[in-house]
Amino acid sequence: MSIKKLVIAGAMAIMMGGAPALADMVFPSLSYRTGPYGPNGIPFADGYADYFTLLNERDGGIGGVKLKVIECETAYNTEKGVECYESTKGEGALVYQPLSTGITYQLIPKATADGIPVLSSGYGRTSAANGKVFEWIFNFPAAYWDGASIAVNHIMDVEGGDINGKKISLVYHNSAYGKEPIRTLEELAKKHGFTFTAIPVDHPGQEQKSQWLQIRRDRPDYVLMWGWGVMNSVAIQEAANIRFPMDHFIGVWWSGSENDVLPAGDGANGYKSLALHGTGIDYPLYADMKKYVIDAGKGAGDGSHAGEVLYSRGVYSAVLAAEAARKAQEISGKKDITSADMRDGLEALEITSARLAEIGLPDFGAEFKATCANHGGSGLGKVQQWDASAKKWNLITDWIASDRELIQALVEEDSAAYAAENNITPRDCN
Amino acid sequence: MFYREAGDFKTSYAADQQTFPIKSERWLFWAFIAIAFLVVPFFINDYWNKAVLMPLLIYAMAALGLNILTGYCGQVSLGTGGFMAVGAYACYKLMTAFPGMDMFSVVILSGFITAGVGLLFGIPSLRIKGFYLAVATLAAQFFLVWMFNKFAWFYNYSASGQITAPERTVFGIAVTGPSTTPWATYLFALTFVFVFGWVARNLTRGRLGRSWMAIRDMDIAAEIIGVSPLRAKLSAFGVSSFYIGMAGAMFFANYLGAIEVTEAFGIEKSFLVLFMVIIGGLGSILGSFLGAVFLVLLPVLLKNIMVGYLGWATDLAAHVQIMLIGGLIVFFLIAEPHGLAQLWRVTKEKLRLWPFPY
Repeated sequence: MSIKKLVIAGAMAIMMGGAPALADMVFPSLSYRTGPYGPNGIPFADGYADYFTLLNERDGGIGGVKLKVIECETAYNTEKGVECYESTKGEGALVYQPLSTGITYQLIPKATADGIPVLSSGYGRTSAANGKVFEWIFNFPAAYWDGASIAVNHIMDVEGGDINGKKISLVYHNSAYGKEPIRTLEELAKKHGFTFTAIPVDHPGQEQKSQWLQIRRDRPDYVLMWGWGVMNSVAIQEAANIRFPMDHFIGVWWSGSENDVLPAGDGANGYKSLALHGTGIDYPLYADMKKYVIDAGKGAGDGSHAGEVLYSRGVYSAVLAAEAARKAQEISGKKDITSADMRDGLEALEITSARLAEIGLPDFGAEFKATCANHGGSGLGKVQQWDASAKKWNLITDWIASDRELIQALVEEDSAAYAAENNITPRDCN
Repeated sequence: MFYREAGDFKTSYAADQQTFPIKSERWLFWAFIAIAFLVVPFFINDYWNKAVLMPLLIYAMAALGLNILTGYCGQVSLGTGGFMAVGAYACYKLMTAFPGMDMFSVVILSGFITAGVGLLFGIPSLRIKGFYLAVATLAAQFFLVWMFNKFAWFYNYSASGQITAPERTVFGIAVTGPSTTPWATYLFALTFVFVFGWVARNLTRGRLGRSWMAIRDMDIAAEIIGVSPLRAKLSAFGVSSFYIGMAGAMFFANYLGAIEVTEAFGIEKSFLVLFMVIIGGLGSILGSFLGAVFLVLLPVLLKNIMVGYLGWATDLAAHVQIMLIGGLIVFFLIAEPHGLAQLWRVTKEKLRLWPFPY
């Protein structure tokens, strides 16, 4: 046993010894290309890596400093996520974007203690929007509670402003991720007078017959979905099977990618989902992406995902991180930024339409400005609808604002509870 | 030549009955323990702690618990994940309800609470056997996970259903929460595993352990010679759940710090621990450790070789790793159906005779 251990220890010491290339900006990518959530993780990881490759190839990095993406496979599993975090944090990691609410929850206390920012765009712990308590955690441009409110606001628009007495059901992934919006939806139900029921689907979500039977019996007016991975496509297929009106079925931004709707074929026509950004390959950025990355054979994947919803999400996440790094260089006045500088950059980040157009993504995402107290962005979202015959997502609304007043109260409450549990004195942001 | 019993005289029954009867083996063991307690804490860093040693120790503890039930008493259980969840949630409730309590007491009390739950689910074992019992414990697995998801009291009504470990100490040193030092959590877990590994070893060669083995080998015969199946089976369930509960508590509080029940304690966990026991060796204390080493360290090692050293794509490495581990499991089960512990035993036998096998 001891010999075996020695061999293992020796081998691992060799593995760990690889020194990182000096003075690169390191962006770890805790990706998942395997497991039940792999089909969704792959396009995101490709988009994330490809954007940084593009910056390296076209601009020579950010401010002349090359960027390095270290990928680590988590399979959407928190234990592996922790291993990935511990193995990459020593390499000068600037910011973590784990694309998993479970792993984000893990990293919030750890990364705060280690002084490395976490940017969970559109996922993670919603109350991290309160920068007074969560100094190192960011979740702009919008979080789950914004999503819940945006969906309800969209329903109100469709119904002509009054949803009193309507029935809204939530089909959710039975995990921290899926449970996030429940509290907000309950509050909104009280405020707007609709009846709300929550229907859990257990991981991985391949089996949903009983849930959809319940929906068929309850006949809700609208069904919202907080799903991920195979759960999305199964739910859409089941909804089509019970002939649920697809335009009354609205997924969060994680339940609206090509992978989710394509398996249901024509049955998915009219399915709606929220959107944090535009999709499609018609943005000017993709011309450069094709020239410098994909055609040059430097893409992270096979290049087939470019322009898909989750690929765009990966690009968007990378854009936010890259812009924050640029801002951090500007603030600190040095090229070689540390994770603490990166945090300052994230906190001072401002995304304007003009800047997005410069990047080559005009009208892609919402405008927002992070501040010391607001780590949650502007909370805007659009609604997109699937056109099954054209196999295309179409944006059908302009930016919809969430009910910030109600959400802010919930954020304050939840973050205060977290601060009390962990003996955090909220920062003074004035 | 290096490993022999010649000249190693025993003058008392105690010396003759000891766990490591051969001097060189005893020395090896104590040297190993001394390194683990006295050397490793000075060199350990976050990565070794969180990615290698903590999971290893905690899974070894869980495997030890399951080995008592399955390996020594012959009761197949698929409820390990559920019982670990009981340990974790008991730990969380104790930590939040009694903030002043030190972590040693919390983990041990969580073990006792799990033992109580384990006894409850052990009752069917008095009437059903073999595969049927496995199915009954499978029900425990699903019921417990469902329960911790369903009733918000267990997770203190948090919005996300996640439980997060607050900072708790032992002798004034933080062993849970984000600002722990690697050596503190490592030593904490190591102490538990060492002490309870010792207890397990001595339990299994005492009266209780012999009654478990009697039940395992032939329950009717055991009953005829006066072993009470009720006591033997229920005590095995109780002791096993005690260990698994402590493993669950440490898994949550010291290792991960935040968990959600479906993800952390699903059926995969039950299978993983069962595989550790089978590959390590049923009915062997050493086997529990070897099984944990095999299934916890090997994937990390393979990943580091393939991604860190050979520079392969992460997804390719993950797939190759799954195939390799699967292949190795099949290989070991064919080459040595009694597990890695038996392999070690055979090696020792051969070493005794080496270099003159005749």
